[in-house]
Amino acid sequence: MSSIEERVKKIVAEQLGVKEDEVKAEASFVEDLGADSLDTVELVMALEEEFETEIPDEEAEKITTVQLAIDYINANLA
Amino acid sequence: MSLENKVALVTGASRGIGAAIADHLGQAGAIVIGTATSEKGAAAISETIKAAGHQGCGMVLNVTDADSVQSLLAAVTEQYGAPVVLVNNAGITKDNLLMRMTDEQWFDVINTNLSAIYRLSKAVLRGMMKNRWGRIINVGSVVGSMGNPGQSNYAATKAAVAGFARSLAAEVGSRGITVNTVAPGFIDTDMTKVLPEEQKAELLTRIPLGRLGKPEEIAAVVGFLASDAGGYVSGETIQVNGGMYMC
Repeated sequence: MSSIEERVKKIVAEQLGVKEDEVKAEASFVEDLGADSLDTVELVMALEEEFETEIPDEEAEKITTVQLAIDYINANLA
Repeated sequence: MSLENKVALVTGASRGIGAAIADHLGQAGAIVIGTATSEKGAAAISETIKAAGHQGCGMVLNVTDADSVQSLLAAVTEQYGAPVVLVNNAGITKDNLLMRMTDEQWFDVINTNLSAIYRLSKAVLRGMMKNRWGRIINVGSVVGSMGNPGQSNYAATKAAVAGFARSLAAEVGSRGITVNTVAPGFIDTDMTKVLPEEQKAELLTRIPLGRLGKPEEIAAVVGFLASDAGGYVSGETIQVNGGMYMC
């Protein structure tokens, strides 16, 4: 089983159509990885499916970088 | 058939325009889920779909209740898969002059005709986005464009759904989802049967085609928008009113 960090990065790369090595922890989805607002909604949907959880809208809005996504999953699932 | 095995959800499918839409989509090969407010209504829809040899069934839905929307979506998705065609058809009238309109008349109509479209569209979008193809079709009304005395509540909701469709169309177009409104004129259904004869006669003088529309004539336009043939139409309001109102 890969680590949470690896799984999050893989999903971000797939969803946003970027290479996995571009998905650095500090990368912002919108500013660094070229996501639009709908992409970020879809990204959260994909994270919810991968980790079999529901991320409330008010939390989802705060997940703006790769690290914040990893932190959220770690805090709520690990 | 262009909608072969696509799951289509039609609200308010017991009678009138909704029943005609459910039948039309069924004929096009869709798996049709028609909703009614009662168990009895849902069972009748199931019967109709079965008798026509189409796929799908009737299910109970109270469009004003968020929990009811959630449980319907869960049931449909489990049984048939996520809906990729949504027809927001369910609607009511509670006519009154504004001077005499009660809060109940106002908010009931807003809740059923407008807020329900918010609830249902939001609920189906996840599936459509993942599918990279979807159709949301709202049933509006000519009254939303031209106005009608005694229907300020109804007209407000019908104008609103067209604006809703334009905004949502802009939001989700990049995912292959179109959002449109079909605005019927006066159609021969239970909703217009209650009009006084005198008013109907007067109405006919204002309709170039000189007759009320048939529910099937609305269903055909909805069917077009749902099909691949209608795939490049989005954010549009199509008036289907016998020429009564031309914009």
